[in-house]
Amino acid sequence: MPLTREEVEYVAALARLGLSDAEITRLQGQLSSILEHIEAIDRLDTSAIPPTAQVINMTNVMRSDVVTDSLPREAVLKNAPRQADGFFEVHAILSASLEDA
Amino acid sequence: MVADPLFRYTELSIVEARRALDHRDISAVELAEAYLERIGRFDAELGVYLHVMRDTAIAQAAAADRRLAAGDAMPLTGIPIALKDVLCTIDAPTTAGSRILEGFHPPYDATVVRRLREQGAVFLGKANTDEFAMGSSNENSAFKPVRNPWRTDRVPGGSSGGPAAAVAAGLAMVSLGSDTGGSIRQPAGFCGVVGLKPTYGRVSRLGLMAFASSLDQIGPFARTVEDAAITLQAIAGHDTQDSTSSREAVPDYRSALSGDISGMKIGVADEYTVEGMEPGVADAVHQAIEHLRSLGAELVNVSLPHTEYALPTYYITAPAEASANLARYDGVKYGLAIEAPTLRETYERTRGEGFGAEVKRRIMLGTYALSSGYYDAYYVKAQKVRTLIKRDFDEAWSKVDAIVAPTSPTVAFPLGARTDDPYQMYLADVFTIPANMAGIPGIAIPCGFSEGLPVSLQILGPAFAEATILRIADAYERSETWAARWPNLECIQAAGHD
Repeated sequence: MPLTREEVEYVAALARLGLSDAEITRLQGQLSSILEHIEAIDRLDTSAIPPTAQVINMTNVMRSDVVTDSLPREAVLKNAPRQADGFFEVHAILSASLEDA
Repeated sequence: MVADPLFRYTELSIVEARRALDHRDISAVELAEAYLERIGRFDAELGVYLHVMRDTAIAQAAAADRRLAAGDAMPLTGIPIALKDVLCTIDAPTTAGSRILEGFHPPYDATVVRRLREQGAVFLGKANTDEFAMGSSNENSAFKPVRNPWRTDRVPGGSSGGPAAAVAAGLAMVSLGSDTGGSIRQPAGFCGVVGLKPTYGRVSRLGLMAFASSLDQIGPFARTVEDAAITLQAIAGHDTQDSTSSREAVPDYRSALSGDISGMKIGVADEYTVEGMEPGVADAVHQAIEHLRSLGAELVNVSLPHTEYALPTYYITAPAEASANLARYDGVKYGLAIEAPTLRETYERTRGEGFGAEVKRRIMLGTYALSSGYYDAYYVKAQKVRTLIKRDFDEAWSKVDAIVAPTSPTVAFPLGARTDDPYQMYLADVFTIPANMAGIPGIAIPCGFSEGLPVSLQILGPAFAEATILRIADAYERSETWAARWPNLECIQAAGHD
């Protein structure tokens, strides 16, 4: 089923991905074509098949709840585009409209 | 030790170099300088390295020589290695081939990098890759393409095109890559070298930039199977900082290389023949399989009926996981930041300008598959088909010790040949993806040439049976001469940029 332009825009918004008009047009065609190939799996009846999310025989890996050494704060912040007082700095999201967040 | 030392040093295997270093026939500094000199001569044309770690390499080599003098050398002490640029290094930038991480300096080493450092290995540099390891030709690198050393108008494969071409061209003795859907085995095949994807969980992924977390695995490229075994030995094993790494004991891989495969049961599956497979590839792979029979293996037909569904299933699962993993690139913590009036616009502009076309395509595909209304039809459905793919292999392991197949349906294709049609590009991984979906190990080894380009045989084994597939690969390699062939780089230099 081909994607509509509105669906492409909606998914881009969910992914917080800024796309140009030309990119949206191109992706609309490409994603529709890829999905058409992918839909081959609909031929399989999987109603009685359990899903596999991971392939290793491990569940709930636990460790002791003890404090260990971690990276120094300067190391963690050294790549930050903006920092202040030893923290990552971001735009205020509450001062304007809540919808901006 | 030889007439033209600079050239010959870069043809050594780890085993040969180990002997020469231990006997003090050569020094680790001489070895590192030979590689750096060769990188200087050829890499402008090949595009293997995104960052050459010259100063680090010389310092590590000098330290290796001190260690050799003190008599406490380890298997990789003084061995020159290239690292795919998705592996974090504290002393070199790590970009994942992406503009969004240009200039990023990791605050810690990946566990595999730390383990190699502890062995006294020498890091030549960070090798080129498709952006965030998404691609099958290395043409998705944001910085430059890699050219296949056998024919520079051809791609090296991907996503680990840099690490594969580095070993093929003698610009590194061994290298590390990552394999999510074939990104070690497919470029190893296109470049005519050995590439090993270990079992999911065999090698720690701490410090590997995440693409698809239920599929990603780190592994080596080498010129010989024995070198791949030595390198895997150095990086395998549990890591308390990666809870998905296995506690399964790590066997001695080199001791498994007996050269004897008589009586082993090797599976051949009809499903690994597809439309569009090149005759030259089919012939070389067929001959290699017959060769295994002549070495005493018993060929057994097996059926893997859901093979054709692995590719479409992968293109739901991998993009879905990628869309979640790549949410971290938001212009706040590291990397590119395009400031805009609101936080939301900052996210959108940073990601819109920082990511390339293929990464955007996969984020979109994955976000769509996870979105409300489509989650069951795509994401959950793919997880169920994954169960069927895994069951096919589980069934096969009751009959055979390993399965052989082509690594790719074609030899290396020309640059630009598939960039306009994403699904055609995805088909390049049709034979490598099933192993990732099932979490099993696979090794790609050279098995001939077609059109002057390498053809590759893939050997798959049950989970944690790396020793078995290495043994088969080694037995084949011992009785063939493909590994002795080198691409002729002298004509590249003549056509190069200097």
